[in-house]
Amino acid sequence: MQFMLLFSRQGKLRLQKWYVPLSDKEKKKITRELVQTVLARKPKMCSFLEWRDLKVVYKRYASLYFCCAIENQDNELITLEIIHRYVELLDKYFGSVCELDIIFNFEKAYFILDEFLLGGEAQDTSKKNVLKAIEQADLLQENRPRQFFFLSAQLTTEKPL
Amino acid sequence: MPAPIRLRELIRTIRTARTQAEEREMIQKECAAIRSSFREEDNTYRCRNVAKLLYMHMLGYPAHFGQLECLKLIASQKFTDKRIGYLGAMLLLDERQDVHLLMTNCIKNDLNHSTQYVQGLALCTLGCMGSSEMCRDLAGEVEKLLKTSNSYLRKKAALCAVHVIRKVPELMEMFLPATKNLLSEKNHGVLHTSVVLLTEMCERSPDMLLHFRKVWILVPQLVRILKNLIMSGYSPEHDVSGISDPFLQVRILRLLRILGRSDDDSSEAMNDILAQVATNTETSKNVGNAILYETVLTIMDIKSESGLRVLAINILGRFLLNNDKNIRYVALTSLLKTVQTDHNAVQRHRSTIVDCLKDLDVSIKRRAMELSFALVNGNNIRGMMKELLYFLDSCDPEFKADCASGVFLAAEKYAPSKRWHIDTIMRVLTTAGSYVRDDSVPNLIQLITNSVEMHAYTVQRLYKALLDDISQQPLVQVSSWCIGEYGDLLVSGQCEEEEPIQVTEDEVLDVLEGLLVSNLSTPVTRGYSLTAIMKLSTRFSSVNRIKKVVSIYGSSIDVELQQRAVEYNALFKKYDHMRPALLERMPIMEKTASNGPTEIVQTNGETEPSVPDTKHPPLVTQPANQANDLLDLLGGNDVVPVIQTTLPTKPASAGGELLDLLGDLSLSTIPPMTAYSKNGLKIEFTFERANPNPNIAVITIHATNTTEADMTEFVFQAAVPKTFQLQLLSPSSNIVPALNQGSVTQVIRVLNPQKQQLRMRVKLTYTHKGSPVQDLAEVNNFPPQSWQ
Repeated sequence: MQFMLLFSRQGKLRLQKWYVPLSDKEKKKITRELVQTVLARKPKMCSFLEWRDLKVVYKRYASLYFCCAIENQDNELITLEIIHRYVELLDKYFGSVCELDIIFNFEKAYFILDEFLLGGEAQDTSKKNVLKAIEQADLLQENRPRQFFFLSAQLTTEKPL
Repeated sequence: MPAPIRLRELIRTIRTARTQAEEREMIQKECAAIRSSFREEDNTYRCRNVAKLLYMHMLGYPAHFGQLECLKLIASQKFTDKRIGYLGAMLLLDERQDVHLLMTNCIKNDLNHSTQYVQGLALCTLGCMGSSEMCRDLAGEVEKLLKTSNSYLRKKAALCAVHVIRKVPELMEMFLPATKNLLSEKNHGVLHTSVVLLTEMCERSPDMLLHFRKVWILVPQLVRILKNLIMSGYSPEHDVSGISDPFLQVRILRLLRILGRSDDDSSEAMNDILAQVATNTETSKNVGNAILYETVLTIMDIKSESGLRVLAINILGRFLLNNDKNIRYVALTSLLKTVQTDHNAVQRHRSTIVDCLKDLDVSIKRRAMELSFALVNGNNIRGMMKELLYFLDSCDPEFKADCASGVFLAAEKYAPSKRWHIDTIMRVLTTAGSYVRDDSVPNLIQLITNSVEMHAYTVQRLYKALLDDISQQPLVQVSSWCIGEYGDLLVSGQCEEEEPIQVTEDEVLDVLEGLLVSNLSTPVTRGYSLTAIMKLSTRFSSVNRIKKVVSIYGSSIDVELQQRAVEYNALFKKYDHMRPALLERMPIMEKTASNGPTEIVQTNGETEPSVPDTKHPPLVTQPANQANDLLDLLGGNDVVPVIQTTLPTKPASAGGELLDLLGDLSLSTIPPMTAYSKNGLKIEFTFERANPNPNIAVITIHATNTTEADMTEFVFQAAVPKTFQLQLLSPSSNIVPALNQGSVTQVIRVLNPQKQQLRMRVKLTYTHKGSPVQDLAEVNNFPPQSWQ
């Protein structure tokens, strides 16, 4: 995978993960053009399109478009499954995820993505393992508000985000 | 200084902005606050501030001033800091900035951290955006982690290694030992990432590929793993809609594809498992089809037995009938790849493919169209063309040009009759005339010219089409050209194929003149119609009318039209005796294109200069039995025309240099000569005559080297006597490889207007076995034909 973009029906970017080195300007240009192209697609059209020299796989979940650019030898159908798996992970983590969750907790959406994919490829094919790792990593965070109830006041010097 | 506002608070605030300006103002205010906070080196809130910066960056605002802060966060001991720091690095930094190299040390430390989640962060960041320098520095650490027993780290290290190899391919070797027993892991994450790593290595290095095939004998191992996945019972952890770990299955199939490609043994070893997967995979959901798709790709790419290939194509055929348009798309793409090699098998699904032309999705339609053209042959041409023409009528404009070209090509190859061919062309011109490619016009003109018995029919149909619609330029151009050529047939009312129409000379001229004045006509079209009108002066009797039209355009603003009109006027005034000969019917033309057989066709023995027409097709050269006619016509030159098997093609020059045409008949058999041969360096000259100027000889030098050492920095220089002019074009290279393994070529053009004997002095300089060599030589043995 070369990159993954999440954007709303109005074209607002909610997440961008780039697995190839490009300048900020190029990224902006690609994002703008690709978002426009995908938003112009009619609902009856298939989830794949050729764009520049890449294959683009996209799927809409509620108000969010999940869009991946893959290489020519990559399997489009399994990419759809990858996208679906990521949505399932978000769903499990946030409990019935919606766009607002991703807006207000974008850094967590990134953490989950980075636990699922590395360099554009899936690290773990087990939903359970990915979620468990996220959970454990969250426990390491020094500023969880929940901790407030159980531990001494000392820990509250750490500021939540 | 109050505490910086929280991230969620900021997001909420920014979202209340009603205009872009309002949002910008909020952002600027917050950025200022963040900047001063950074200046104060505040450790407590750095994490929060960077997080806010990342949010604003996503909205499109500049955030480069946060780059160094990310580095500070990464260096912090707190996990929260590191998490945001690494995220920030991945979002804000890339290998173009020098700053990113400062990360290297932090990453190195974190790769050895006691907490695996910190190690994970470091591996992720390195594997995502590590530059070549970073990869070089840290490859050793990654390799170490590849050997750990901790599967959480091992799987990440494998993917990180993939990235390192992509950035620095030379480091591939160092990961080889660690990769060895990766496949014996039980953990699916490690298995999956290992297969990805092996795939990357195979794709990058043919040596590795061979090693994996023959030494490690990977194929049976992979087959075993795949078999276990399929045969094992339900595994809740990896199940997706009833299929066990489809991601791993797909990756294994892809690796098998690479291993089996062009290798009989490996292909045989995987035959059974491929058949098994192909027949047993559940196809009701996308997952199953994803696996089948990968399987089909593998079967088609390896050396599979024919039964398996037919099975694969049938799977694709079934895909075509699937309700899911994604599946249909994927099927069409794959069929397009296999249609050349497994043509007959794909033909069986032709009707389904043709149905896909009516699909709503643009990508599917395009693929169906490409595939349909690939499947057209002599047997199905009539049926297929009906469908394709129907498609041409109703398809989007973006397809029309390609479709029209495809129809022309197919019609040319497989037309069952001339009439059918012309009808098909007419149909395309009238329905998609404005989308037809520019080069189709001369091709069509040539085709029409060569269908001698259809001239009357063709001109009649084209005339009728013109009456209906003059907006489609290619149609108008072809029509006016035909009317110019065959206008006499049109008014004489002879037509065998259909009911002849009654039309007078004046009506025809009305139409052509209409084209000249219409706003819809392009300048090129106007040129065509003026020329057509001129040609009719020898075919029609209303010469006065034509003279009038031509003289009017002698003062046209359009330079091209003006030039034509002036020349035609001159033809009327001073060269009226030549007019009939000049405006005679065009002879049958030779095709220039490389596809399709070249035929030596009958000519009517008369050549004529071409009308100044930018798209004029080339003239033909004469076969032996026609040569005498040509000589007689020109009063017998004592030149013997040479019959060649490959006919030279050249555009006829305006004004008709007939002697030039003859001159060229005797060329192209100038023998090559050896100009220089010394110390292992041999230089050969081959000759061509440049056209249209017979005074220019085009010499190509071929330098070869029989010694065992390359001749580098090779420079060829030439000098000629004063009456000549010389032009040296760039050489193909400046290294003459040893032992005749290749040659250096260079083109020399010599202008010899006084037809003197060609002599040349050459100077050669090169480096051989470390020492420079220089030599001067005279070349005097040019064959007489090269300069006469």
